[in-house]
Amino acid sequence: MTTFIVRRVLWMIPSLLVVFTLTFVVVHATPGSPWDESEKPLPEAVKQNLAKQYHLDDPLPKQYADYLINALHGDLGPSYRSVERSVSEIIAATLPVSAQLGLASMLFALLVGIPLGTLAAVKHNSWIDYTASFITVSGLATPPFVRVSLLVVALSLGVAWLPTGGWNGIWDVRSIIPTLAIGLGPAAILARYTRSSLLEVLGQDFIRTARAKGLQEVMIVLRHAMKNALIPVLTVAGVTLSNVITGAFFVERIYGVPGIGRQFVDSVTGRDYPLLLGIVLIFAILISVVNLLTDISYGYADPRIRYR
Amino acid sequence: MPLARRPTGLWRDAWHRLTRNRAAVVSLVFVVLLVIVALFANLVAPYPFERQDLESTDLGPSAGHLFGTDLLGRDELSRMVYGSRISLAVALVDVLIVVLIGVPLGLAAGFFGKWLDTLIMRTVDVLLAFPSLLLVIVVITYLRAVLDQPTGPILSVIGGLDNLTGGLLGVFIALGLVSWLTVARLVRGQVLSLKEKEFVEAARMVGASNLRIMARHLLPNTLAPVIVAATFGIPGAIATEAGLSFLGLGVRPPLPSWGILIAEGVRNMRAFPHELLFPAVILAVTLICFNFLGDGLRDALDPKLKVD
Repeated sequence: MTTFIVRRVLWMIPSLLVVFTLTFVVVHATPGSPWDESEKPLPEAVKQNLAKQYHLDDPLPKQYADYLINALHGDLGPSYRSVERSVSEIIAATLPVSAQLGLASMLFALLVGIPLGTLAAVKHNSWIDYTASFITVSGLATPPFVRVSLLVVALSLGVAWLPTGGWNGIWDVRSIIPTLAIGLGPAAILARYTRSSLLEVLGQDFIRTARAKGLQEVMIVLRHAMKNALIPVLTVAGVTLSNVITGAFFVERIYGVPGIGRQFVDSVTGRDYPLLLGIVLIFAILISVVNLLTDISYGYADPRIRYR
Repeated sequence: MPLARRPTGLWRDAWHRLTRNRAAVVSLVFVVLLVIVALFANLVAPYPFERQDLESTDLGPSAGHLFGTDLLGRDELSRMVYGSRISLAVALVDVLIVVLIGVPLGLAAGFFGKWLDTLIMRTVDVLLAFPSLLLVIVVITYLRAVLDQPTGPILSVIGGLDNLTGGLLGVFIALGLVSWLTVARLVRGQVLSLKEKEFVEAARMVGASNLRIMARHLLPNTLAPVIVAATFGIPGAIATEAGLSFLGLGVRPPLPSWGILIAEGVRNMRAFPHELLFPAVILAVTLICFNFLGDGLRDALDPKLKVD
């Protein structure tokens, strides 16, 4: 197990490096900067000074090495757009907001998805199963920007229970719509996996033995079947995280949440390439770490799995 | 007396099973209707999609304008009808990418193995580990900047085509990067198990070439799962285009992509929620139908369920 973890951690480095290098090369090959867009062209001297400030005149390999070394020290360089805040500062200010929103969405997904999938499996091929599968497919199929739009139309404009946008911390009512809009996607994924995994377990011999012993159905499902059924569900942790991150791009922008997802979209439309690069790097690290933790916890949860 | 059972082939069986699945049939009808609407958009749409009528802006639904009008007095229904062309074009290109890139790469990786397998599958692993939208947005950012100010003859041609298609070409290229991944992995897995089967050995015995074995013996056996995977990929591609256009990174206005209609609806939602509601609901229904169709096809084409 220890060798597996060590090897898995070491594997993370090249795959992170590949993604980072590709992004770095693409971003640096992208022509233009926010200064090109202004109506009045900047004087040549100003442009030269800007290029100097952002080290744009250095050879690319040097820029790459400098960026990596600085990044390891937590410095992701200056932003093109924002004069007063560096990329690291922007990320430090916006990531906590998104982290709160993301955790709330994940919690929602767990509390809704797993019971929904369990119910669908236990009441297999009944109207409950069909209703659950309709909810699941709707959650899987609708993109987050459609979900958040429809939720705003229904809950803010229709019945006027909730505000139409804004952010005031995770404990404010304003966080309800973004949490629902982001969380419904992962909830659907979890429900689908839980259902199929539980259905498979419920067909196995030890469940028949438990039934033959005269155990109550509730006990069979909760004590015997769930323990085994939830292990494969662990594998979708990475997928749900991807879902939460891409959901945040749209939901934060539409609902006016000052999170990192909105910063990412703004960095793209505003051609703030250093910010774009920094956020991609953060996301890549986040996803790699979660994938790593998934693999490791999988090994602990299921002793039948032998890592080499 | 032998059991009276008509000899049936895989496809006839599958069709029979598909038509017994109510959700799949309803979805299929919707998709066929959508294709008809898209093909005959100029006959179906009551108005040209770009015609502005500044005397009648932001109208609610009425007999003259079933879905109302937008802030420039353009008929929403007509814009939706023409928008279906964009969504279905994206669906078509996505399937083409799956067939022309995903299937051959998966076949080659599974059949030839060794370094080719490692190369293709490691690429797939790295690209799949990160949210596809993240990669797509980075690539689109690059393409946009390069194609806006093309250098060299090849880029000029691509840039010209991109302008001619209103920005769709960029979306297609970005899709080309990510939408073949799962199918390549799927086909490789199938080929790995199929190539050890006796019929492949027999074909080799009688002197069939590698190419012939792949095209005539392996490919047809992977067809069913490829059809299912391609169907499941379509809603993802449509949602990606709508999402990119929503963010202003996809199709350029005045082309009426559903994503653009939703973006305009969001801007206007407080005063005129119907401008958001109609495109959001139609997009959601379309995506859900493609998912149900995929579910139906999977159940219909899976021979393991043939028992009943």
